[in-house]
Amino acid sequence: MLKDITLGQYFPGETVVHKLDPRTKLILVVVYIISLFQATNWISYAFITLLTALCLKLSHIRARNIFKGLKPMLFIILLTAVLNIFYTTGTPIIPGWPITWEGIARAIQMMLRICLLITGTFLLTYTTSPISLTDGLEKLMNPLKKLRLPVHEMTIMLSMALRFIPTLVEETDKIMSAQKARGADFETGSLVDRAKAMLPILVPLFVSAFRRADELAVAMESRCYHGGEGRTRMKKLKFAARDIFALILGAAVLALMMFMKKLGI
Amino acid sequence: MEAVVKIENLHFCYPGDEAESLCGIDLEIEKGSFVAVLGHNGSGKSTLAKHLNAILVPTEGKVTVFGIDTADEDQLIQVRRNVGMVFQNPDNQIVANVVEDDVAFAPENLGVEPSEIRRRVDGALKQVGMYELKMHAPHLLSGGQKQRVAIAGVIAMEPGVIVLDEPTAMLDPQGRREVVATVTRLCREKGMTVVFITHHMDECVGADRLIVMSGGRVVADGKPAEVFADVELMELEGLSVPETTRLVHDLRQAGADIKGEALDTEACAKLIAEALKH
Repeated sequence: MLKDITLGQYFPGETVVHKLDPRTKLILVVVYIISLFQATNWISYAFITLLTALCLKLSHIRARNIFKGLKPMLFIILLTAVLNIFYTTGTPIIPGWPITWEGIARAIQMMLRICLLITGTFLLTYTTSPISLTDGLEKLMNPLKKLRLPVHEMTIMLSMALRFIPTLVEETDKIMSAQKARGADFETGSLVDRAKAMLPILVPLFVSAFRRADELAVAMESRCYHGGEGRTRMKKLKFAARDIFALILGAAVLALMMFMKKLGI
Repeated sequence: MEAVVKIENLHFCYPGDEAESLCGIDLEIEKGSFVAVLGHNGSGKSTLAKHLNAILVPTEGKVTVFGIDTADEDQLIQVRRNVGMVFQNPDNQIVANVVEDDVAFAPENLGVEPSEIRRRVDGALKQVGMYELKMHAPHLLSGGQKQRVAIAGVIAMEPGVIVLDEPTAMLDPQGRREVVATVTRLCREKGMTVVFITHHMDECVGADRLIVMSGGRVVADGKPAEVFADVELMELEGLSVPETTRLVHDLRQAGADIKGEALDTEACAKLIAEALKH
């Protein structure tokens, strides 16, 4: 079950979407999210859904991987839908019932919105290697260094965290198996019981994570890590014509969505 | 031969410990040699290794690498650049999600030009035979492959000495062979000085020099054949010796007239045949 976690996963590829500068992609994701929240009507929803599908097609990401990523969010998505169905006023589908036509429409739109939101961010992490993602982030936040914010330290922590997700997931699986072998029971009992049963997993996981962190720090120092000062990068970030094109396109989409919102379609 | 590492009267005591972990070590490591360090847990071999690139500095005595004193904090980066270190756990020393990005980590820290980093990364990956997998995610590789990536990550600094602190302890037999073969090739073909720390006796057989440590002291130092020949000492330290060495030793104990030492089956057979002729 833990193997399904897709957070921070990256699928290497050679598509246009992969080749875009990480800074462009980071900006575009923000633009995308803002655009998404401008959608109020079926036409605008259809437009942004089509746009997302087009980007997915361009990036050669398989739909299966998107669904896999959406699965852990299923509960939240369904909860939002149910709440919207019951709490929207309008014409009931059957007189006297609390379910309204407007509620159903809103529920579908909300589900669509959450799904698109997640898909958009997945599109970023699936097509950008964590290293270039954090590089891009560091470059974008560079002005904050003037405010004495430890931008380099923050981004290197982020990239280490992303690097160790699969390792720690694997480790959690191992510890769970070990505790199950000794008779631990994670599946039955009340919620409190189950939460308590997690303790024998968390304690060894934390201990080992700290040990790992210690060893990692020594290994990094052994490889001459001494902070961001004087550090160079193998892959220099470069804006290409396609990045400018993509940014203009992003701005156009945002403008169009805002326009559609104003018109009420 | 020129000594690249000089250790003089090295004493070390971990803070808070009463007993010394290293009590008086004098060693010189020659350029281009393959030195194996053998010893049990707690013998001080890893502590010794950590002195070679200034992760630890001596409580007493002096360690110099390429003429630089490791206690000199201003020269820290120079020391670490010259002495590359590979650790036991392959997962805990890989810093990036893509093999080639990980290998680039050290030269990036050293502020090397991007085009030069690219050249070094490709070169290092070819030397350890991982070039084809350079776009892979490290967590999907086998233990032996991960450890080879770690070795590449160190070679990319272009160090003169590479210290491997029990690099095979967490690997399966296949992975162990891969790592030992890679390191041996680096030493023989590229002239890299190798310090290989292990508790597997069989990994020391191919070394130029074998150092046995116990209780923070060097108890034996010499050619592997000579060191293993002292079967009594090795047994006292609880270490095993190659079967062939033991056979020759036992035959000699029983009164056979065998000269020389044998580290592999063929040499052993020859020695026994020689002895039978008399």
